[in-house]
Amino acid sequence: MTIADWLAMAKADAEKRGLPELIPALEGLAQATERLRAADWNDDADKDKPKQ
Amino acid sequence: MTIAEAAPRLAKGELKSEKLTEDCLSKIEELNAKLNAFITVTAEDALASARKADKEIAAGRYLGPLHGIPVSLKDLLDQKGLPTTAASSVRRDHVADADAVVTARLRKAGAVFVGKTNLHEFAFGTTSEDSAFGPARNPKDPTRSPGGSSGGSAIAIATGMSLGTVGTDTGGSIRIPAAACGVVGFKPEWGQVSAAGVVPLSRQLDHVGPLAASVTDAWIQYNAMLPGELRVGAQLEPTPVKGLRLGMMSGYLFDRIDADVERVTLAAIESLRKAGATITEVALPHATDMPAIYLHLVFGDAAEYHARTLVSRPQDYTPNVRLRLEMARYVLAEDYIRALRGKAIITSEIDRALDGVDALVLPTLSIPAPPIGAATMPVKGGPDAVRTLMLRCTQPFNLSGHPAISLPSGTTPAGLPIGLQLAGHKGKTPALVQAALAVERLIANAG
Repeated sequence: MTIADWLAMAKADAEKRGLPELIPALEGLAQATERLRAADWNDDADKDKPKQ
Repeated sequence: MTIAEAAPRLAKGELKSEKLTEDCLSKIEELNAKLNAFITVTAEDALASARKADKEIAAGRYLGPLHGIPVSLKDLLDQKGLPTTAASSVRRDHVADADAVVTARLRKAGAVFVGKTNLHEFAFGTTSEDSAFGPARNPKDPTRSPGGSSGGSAIAIATGMSLGTVGTDTGGSIRIPAAACGVVGFKPEWGQVSAAGVVPLSRQLDHVGPLAASVTDAWIQYNAMLPGELRVGAQLEPTPVKGLRLGMMSGYLFDRIDADVERVTLAAIESLRKAGATITEVALPHATDMPAIYLHLVFGDAAEYHARTLVSRPQDYTPNVRLRLEMARYVLAEDYIRALRGKAIITSEIDRALDGVDALVLPTLSIPAPPIGAATMPVKGGPDAVRTLMLRCTQPFNLSGHPAISLPSGTTPAGLPIGLQLAGHKGKTPALVQAALAVERLIANAG
């Protein structure tokens, strides 16, 4: 799931649960998740793919 | 009075535990309404235990330097027959049916329990202001936070409400309040001290350890907490500063910092250099990834523990803690696993930073104690969120599990304490404590 898709779903869920005050916090969490996914130590399934 | 000062006098009968305990209880009576350090005070039980200790000592059954010493417990640890509130209304009906392992160890060593201390609700915060029992307050300036989450424990030591205390540390919760209140806080190596009977925040990052008035007092308590034969009397001498090899953390761990904290920390490091220590700069290549790694791990673990009560009794959490726990429930499994990988990366980088040095040295807190309710604080490079700043220098060693100790290193012009942190090799805790004893002595002589 992309972070944008996850954030949209999380915000909609927070609204549905009557917790709109969660939305700014979720945006902060999304930024942290972006940082985590951007770290250069992450593995990717095609990372070792032979160069064409 | 420190534990190390009181213990030989108790052993010789020159001082009675009952008197020492009465003095602590008087301090609690005098200051607790203002500082809110204690949630539960067990005055009658404490006095009964103290009289029993006095009788045992008089009969020649001295157990060691914690015998008859008034000690408090963060109200996250079970003490048989008492509530373990975790500073939350969620646990208002709880009564512990057994001691936590650490409580039992201290009891075996003869400690006299005077009460349970206030904290940030469920240890899920760094300021001790979100508590069902009201905010704990810094003894140096009650408009400010004592740090957290073991805020009440740090206050107890700073004011003499107890001579020893036990805290827990998931991202810095022993060391942060120790620095903010001007006492010593020691986070042992992960797994050395049992966390059984302690309300968890993140079982893979939680550590149990002492706060104390001195490094020696922290060492005495730490030894009592270790499993196996009681080693409470083990003594250590300071490492000679000449020849001590210290790695000064640079980069991320020193780049967003309050001007007074920077000045005091650099002065302490310069004093060490002048006294013959070798200082080399070291950095963690992925230090900037640490907050994101930490956040996803703590959130994932906390969400698991609180999932049911967030649904069944959400109104019983304080609003800020509830909000953060609700947010925690949105962490995805794939990101939690990424964070676990990051934890391993940071651990190996800290091991490499320690290669060739005896300990790492850095500030404990990048800011002095913040005003209660502050969302941001000014630091070099512009204001930053209080929570981020509070955790910045301590969370690396929760991710890695290395032992780390905070000791007072000076004050701001307004008298707010500043802490210096040393982190050591795994499996070499005595060497870290010996280095801390040396630094403590050097700073005391310089002051």
